[in-house]
Amino acid sequence: MKKQNPILDMRGIHKYFTGVKALQNVNFRLFPGEVHALMGENGAGKSTLIKVLTGVHEIDEGTVVMEGNSITISNPLEAQEAGITTVYQEVNLCSNLSVAENIFIGREPRRFGRILWKEMNRQAAQLLKERLNLSINVTLPLDAYSVAVQQLVAIARALNISAKVLILDEPTSSLDASEVRELFTVMRKLKAQGLAILFVTHFLDQVYEVSDRISILRGGEFVGEYLASELPRIDLVLKMIGKDLELLAELPQTGSKELAKKGEAFLQAKGLGKKGAIEPYDLQIDRGEIIGFAGLLGSGRTETARLLFGADRVDSGGLQIAGKTLKIESPRQAISEGIAFCSENRKTEGIIADLTVRENIILALQASRGWFRTISRKRQDEIADEYIKALNINPKNPEQLIRNLSGGNQQKVLLARWLLMEPKLLILDEPTRGIDIGAKAEIQKLVLALSRKGMSVLFISSELEEVLRVSDRVAVLRDRKLVRMMQADELSHENVMKAIAGG
Amino acid sequence: MVKRQYLPILVTVALFILVFLAGSFRYTGFFSMQVLTNLLIDNAFLLIVAVGMTFVIVSGGIDLSVGSMVALTTMLSATLIEQLGWPPSLVIPCVLLFGALFGLGMGAIIHYFNIQPFIVTLAGMFLARGLCYVISINTITIDNAFYKDMAMTKIQLPGGGFISISVIIALAVVLLAIYLAHYTRFGRNTYAIGGSEQSSLLMGLPVARTKMLVYAFSGFCSALGGVVFTFYMLSGYGLHAVGLELDAIAAVVIGGTLLTGGVGYVAGTVFGVLIQGVIQTIINFEGTLSSWWTRIVIGILLFVFILLQRIINVRASKSRAV
Amino acid sequence: MWNRISKHHLFWPLTVLAALLLFNLVYKPGFFSVRIQGGHLYGSLIDILNYGAPLILVAIGMTLVIATGGIDLSVGSIVAISGAIACLIVSRASDQHSLSIVLTAVGVALGLAIICGLWNGILVGGAGMQAIIATLILMVAGRGIAQLVTNGQIVTVTSNPYKYIGAGWLAMLPFSIFIVAAVLLAAAWLTRRTALGLFIESVGSNATASRLAGIRSRSVIFAVYIFCGLCAGLAGIILSSNVSSADGNNAGLWYELDAILAVVIGGTSLNGGRFYLSGTVVGALIIQTLTTTIYMVGVPPEITLVVKAFVVFTVCLIQSEKFRMAMTGKGKRRRAPAEREVTQHG
Repeated sequence: MKKQNPILDMRGIHKYFTGVKALQNVNFRLFPGEVHALMGENGAGKSTLIKVLTGVHEIDEGTVVMEGNSITISNPLEAQEAGITTVYQEVNLCSNLSVAENIFIGREPRRFGRILWKEMNRQAAQLLKERLNLSINVTLPLDAYSVAVQQLVAIARALNISAKVLILDEPTSSLDASEVRELFTVMRKLKAQGLAILFVTHFLDQVYEVSDRISILRGGEFVGEYLASELPRIDLVLKMIGKDLELLAELPQTGSKELAKKGEAFLQAKGLGKKGAIEPYDLQIDRGEIIGFAGLLGSGRTETARLLFGADRVDSGGLQIAGKTLKIESPRQAISEGIAFCSENRKTEGIIADLTVRENIILALQASRGWFRTISRKRQDEIADEYIKALNINPKNPEQLIRNLSGGNQQKVLLARWLLMEPKLLILDEPTRGIDIGAKAEIQKLVLALSRKGMSVLFISSELEEVLRVSDRVAVLRDRKLVRMMQADELSHENVMKAIAGG
Repeated sequence: MVKRQYLPILVTVALFILVFLAGSFRYTGFFSMQVLTNLLIDNAFLLIVAVGMTFVIVSGGIDLSVGSMVALTTMLSATLIEQLGWPPSLVIPCVLLFGALFGLGMGAIIHYFNIQPFIVTLAGMFLARGLCYVISINTITIDNAFYKDMAMTKIQLPGGGFISISVIIALAVVLLAIYLAHYTRFGRNTYAIGGSEQSSLLMGLPVARTKMLVYAFSGFCSALGGVVFTFYMLSGYGLHAVGLELDAIAAVVIGGTLLTGGVGYVAGTVFGVLIQGVIQTIINFEGTLSSWWTRIVIGILLFVFILLQRIINVRASKSRAV
Repeated sequence: MWNRISKHHLFWPLTVLAALLLFNLVYKPGFFSVRIQGGHLYGSLIDILNYGAPLILVAIGMTLVIATGGIDLSVGSIVAISGAIACLIVSRASDQHSLSIVLTAVGVALGLAIICGLWNGILVGGAGMQAIIATLILMVAGRGIAQLVTNGQIVTVTSNPYKYIGAGWLAMLPFSIFIVAAVLLAAAWLTRRTALGLFIESVGSNATASRLAGIRSRSVIFAVYIFCGLCAGLAGIILSSNVSSADGNNAGLWYELDAILAVVIGGTSLNGGRFYLSGTVVGALIIQTLTTTIYMVGVPPEITLVVKAFVVFTVCLIQSEKFRMAMTGKGKRRRAPAEREVTQHG
């Protein structure tokens, strides 16, 4: 890389939230014409850093130098004016407006204050075509297009603001493989045009595929800045998770797990499917068995599980549970059949933020008992104390509002909610996402212990290592299709990867 | 192919034509230019108020204070002219400014303190209505030459009928609003905020200013509606225009604007008002039907249109292109 | 300790109520006095309870609806409909004093109110409409229906049993107070002794998560709208009985707004979730005391509206986190450190 001056230079950045240090003496540089990956586990301070850079939060200490000039950014507009724009994972555009408007709103071509629609549509089409290779009807409302296109539109908007620094915050999370490839093509093209791109992602492969440089944060502190070509993967991971690595080592590794008991089937799905969500699939889950779901994001893992739980209506196929054929039409019915489902969207589909830890724990049990068969307060307190102890939930106060707990502890409360139901099949969708490494290991251990007691578990995770570590068998999904069921003896990182990639 | 966001407005227009034709077949003398222009004359103030409401609803808010604001405007105008002897040329700009500032104040509270528009404009509604009674609890009749002229002047149309000056004001407001909504940044920002306030903020749009301006515009429209209503009634009274906010909201919804914000057209609102007017006219022509049927029919229409919006939305989320 | 008291949900409502009562006491020293006359208790405090009864009823129903994250704009119209139908049935009877006629009238009126509530419940819970929109329909049409029932007239009745409901006395106290107490107890029992309260708060706080936890949110929503309709229906009967007449046009006018106001003053958030029945009752009493005070001071009663406007503003400002932050000058946020990471993409 040529020796040149950074376009953006952040030095000694501190940020506190009510006494908690979110960022501590963080340095970050960005050069024109590079893709710079910002890495870190959850809680490392990535999003806080991005938020101070885009003016959502103000920094408490430190300097930000943009193109040699010291600047202060106190709102998103100022960030934009400085040439810093962000494209978020959940596209932050207005889906009710047309594509062209979404690119130009706030800076529409005008004459005497009158917006020139024709000119705007022409410019929008041209911009999308020339810089992003995208030919679409720009007069249609944005919600007529897929998330991938919406993301490109968001990038187009950023480019039109003549961004010098483009922040892509987990842009690939909701894209499929081919869409990711297209996005990377666009990123390389923009890089060649001299744009500085800050890229945030959880996918290691993607980091090495497009990034030139990597900066690592851990626990709000700056770990270091490295050239991607000079930083081996294992070093990257070590630097990200730090000394906590031995925690994972305590767990039994793949293969060391005893082979699945030849148990009777708990659940058999035949041709279960839903248009647009998942193609019809067959699946058998034995008692006490852990089935892992592997596949890329958007491959249909969650959708498959939701059908089993009755969270979505099926179009085709049928189910047998413990030998009886039935149709599951609601979560309520699934629960009564002994199925429990921990959603990946903890905030929107899991916790009831306004309620206490105790109330969140007993919620599903109470729901199954109806309005009138209440659980006595004494029993509720016992249950809450028991699970707070068993799962090591912090703080140990059952009357704390769940919204005040950290992500990992919220996850444990949700686990408690379902364990209390003593389900025969527990579906865990990304149970370890966004929680710290210690809690992660605890949850994996718990899953193994449960299966030994005879509970079937359906374990969904984006982290292949984790799936391999806990599963007896692994179902591989690709492009909304269950493509392969892998038995215990064929489970290896390589085999599963191959199946996912479809080689 | 018709774009799906135009569908509700087309249904509204079709419904208006249908109801009007039905009336024409059933009653002699219904199908005339004058019935049509009377719709405008009798509903000019509602039209003006509903236009302001359209902006508020498109921005994702609601303004319950409009009816009270109309009443307060009639009251203020009557007092200033009759009791303080101000000339109309001073009174009218004053009340319009007052309306706009009143709206601006509500908008500022909504935005800066992050309180639901429903509650804030509810307080505005109480306040404006209460202020009427602070001025006087009786009717104040206006006996001013200018106001009488405005009330009496008829403008002959080439087609045979005539319209009042209020109609011209209302139509001018409609044209101005269409221009504002579609050809100015203020208008587009309003749609953007209605689509997603969070996104609008992140896109660097002036959310605070736009939201406050939207309520200021609605306040201005209510005050202007109040001025026109004063021409119509020639009096100021605290009980004028009770429940007008409901009529205005109904007109906006029947006109195809989504109550959730982000989608809607001023032109649709015009037809929403006209449909309400034509139902009223039919009930008058029928003679045997009582006035409360208007409310019931409007209630049913509201139901049908809200249902229609839901069906269109559900359909839309199911069929995504590309 | 002080901190704990001032954080209690009843702290602000009770402070406001106490301040209002204190003002009355200073203005008119005999305000708190209660005297016995003809075996009945009389006094300003009794009046506040008596006249406030319909509002408290409607507000109790509204509390549960708001707790589910909804709102019911149609309660005023239901008040009018129920009063109208009850008075119509009584007035048509050959013997208006017959107890069975009055019971029939009350039964039919409450039945109709339940149907109104069910209609709202179907639109909100069944068809998934936004509550403010769904109940707007009945708010607009309902008053028309009430006028249809009374044929646009004011229906007067001369029935002693019917009059007893809203203007009778029991054990020295106005009978309506007992109705309110009964409904309040019923609501408290339903929500605190059964799991309904937990389900209501759960649905109001997070409807999706509640469904996935196996809660039948639909039946919860149906229940609260029906209950709210029933409360409004009862209020309608009390109101019409009190004046022995039903006015389809004006009965229950603005009730929805006063009821919402009472709920909000009582500390229940319009966003749904946690609800406080006791707070609501205090809120309704504040509104009623305010009206009484204004009558007493001798200002035209219509001016109550101005005062109400300021009460709404004040209460909302106190509840607004942004306002409190601006006042205390601190950027206090009720967020756990870990939550920042999770909410980042929202």
